[in-house]
Amino acid sequence: MRREYLVPFFLILPALIYLVVFIGFPIVGTFQLSFSSPEGWLGNFKYVFSSKDFQNALLNTLILAAIVIPIQLALAIALALLVNKKWAGYRTLLYIIATPLALSDVTAALISYSIFAPNGYLNKILLSLNWIERPLYFFGYMFKSREFFVIVLTEVWRATPLVFVILLAGLQSINTEYLEAADVFGFSPWKKFVKITLPLLKPSIVSALLIRTLFAFQIFGVAWLLAGRDIPVLSGETYYWYVLRNNRNVASTYALVIAIITFIVGWFYIGTIRSKHLEEGVRQ
Amino acid sequence: MKRFFYILAFTAVSLWFLGPLFFIFLASLTPASDFYDWTRILPTKLTFEHIYKLLVNLGGWRALLTSVQVAGIAIGISFAFGIPAGYALTRYRFRGKNMVKLVMLFTRSVPLVVIAVSLVTLYLRLNLADTVLGVGLAHAAMVLPFVVLITSSVFSGIFVEYEEAGMVFGLSRFGAFIRITMPLALPGLAASAIFAFIMSWNEVFAASVLAITNRTLPAHILSTAMASPDYFKFAAGTIMAVPALVFIFIIRKYLISMWGISLK
Repeated sequence: MRREYLVPFFLILPALIYLVVFIGFPIVGTFQLSFSSPEGWLGNFKYVFSSKDFQNALLNTLILAAIVIPIQLALAIALALLVNKKWAGYRTLLYIIATPLALSDVTAALISYSIFAPNGYLNKILLSLNWIERPLYFFGYMFKSREFFVIVLTEVWRATPLVFVILLAGLQSINTEYLEAADVFGFSPWKKFVKITLPLLKPSIVSALLIRTLFAFQIFGVAWLLAGRDIPVLSGETYYWYVLRNNRNVASTYALVIAIITFIVGWFYIGTIRSKHLEEGVRQ
Repeated sequence: MKRFFYILAFTAVSLWFLGPLFFIFLASLTPASDFYDWTRILPTKLTFEHIYKLLVNLGGWRALLTSVQVAGIAIGISFAFGIPAGYALTRYRFRGKNMVKLVMLFTRSVPLVVIAVSLVTLYLRLNLADTVLGVGLAHAAMVLPFVVLITSSVFSGIFVEYEEAGMVFGLSRFGAFIRITMPLALPGLAASAIFAFIMSWNEVFAASVLAITNRTLPAHILSTAMASPDYFKFAAGTIMAVPALVFIFIIRKYLISMWGISLK
């Protein structure tokens, strides 16, 4: 009897130990590294926070998140509603929308480079249509706002499916009887959407938003490949300081800033998950 | 009218998502002279020259093999530790179960960016710096919480009564798990292995930081792409995209449930 009681712990223990060693310890290590510098324990922070690069990186990361996430949410809701209608071919469309889920940020960046490069397809098509006389340049220090535009577009293309998948799962779990009842009462499609679908979809929207926010603060490959340090972002600076400047302490300080933002967002996230669990408990 | 709307929507959405992929495939197969010719959108002929050169002469093949090894290590470790934990979460009631779930949700949201640099310090002590194993271990840590959550849901889809019936006929609990639950769970587990493969295949930050000579494909591309001619960039994109697309096509049936579980 006593042994049976211990079985689940032995089954779970290896996984927990592994996570403590490979995620727990390194987080502590990140703290240690970022708090140790020749100029006292806050030296790295003083240096980082006062540097223009950090302020730009933080600002860019925030602005990118603030622009990209609402666009993705709106697009994903529209796509999820479209696919959820279950017309002929909705399944094929579902798979097509899901394709970017398989691709990394590096691949997505290279894909949009093939379109926006000086010799890319956008320029070729516009030139052959005679809409422009000289090629448009999207990359380089001179064209920061265009680089920004391309990064936004790439992120929207790459990560909208992620939001879409979460919302679609949410839509599929909505009981259709509510909508049928609304039909009986003669609701217009818009009223049905606003009064029934949207409120019932709210939990999925909240978790999709939080997940996307978590990922938005890790944006790296797309920004690094397309703009390098023209448009610094937090993870890009971490990479720069570690790989190119060989400074672990400053790199860890950047990593810690990302970690703290992540923990704050993650705390809200786990909070909502938890309340969902509790609600489910009440219902039973 | 409604039919027309759906056809229009279908075409627009498909073009938006597949068009860019078409462009990079086309670009990677276009001869350099055609690519640098402004007037040529479609190439005169298709060539595998860039992809071949990237793989053979520019270290792509080696990086690809490293990627596969890293993913193999990550899947092996995360499944060895994740399956028992996922099984325990579904089949047993015990104190602290919710706590374990919260730990999984929390560790899942810790980005590798945060831990990669300090992992290097740990790896220097363990002699794991710049090794394939080191990158694999880090990826295993990234994938493990997902594996626990996904396998737990796979097992919960298999009736416990089957196992109990097996035990009635004289199997031990472990025997029932191996002989009854595992075969039933296999398709779901295979899909989650593919999911784990894609995660590891695509991860670039930790792979770049933890290894310099043993770089995975994305890390190799990240560090060399900026300096390469454009057509090698496109070849790199194609090489990265094709396996991932093939795999996601294989698990397409599990797509929504898999991402639903892992992200909700």
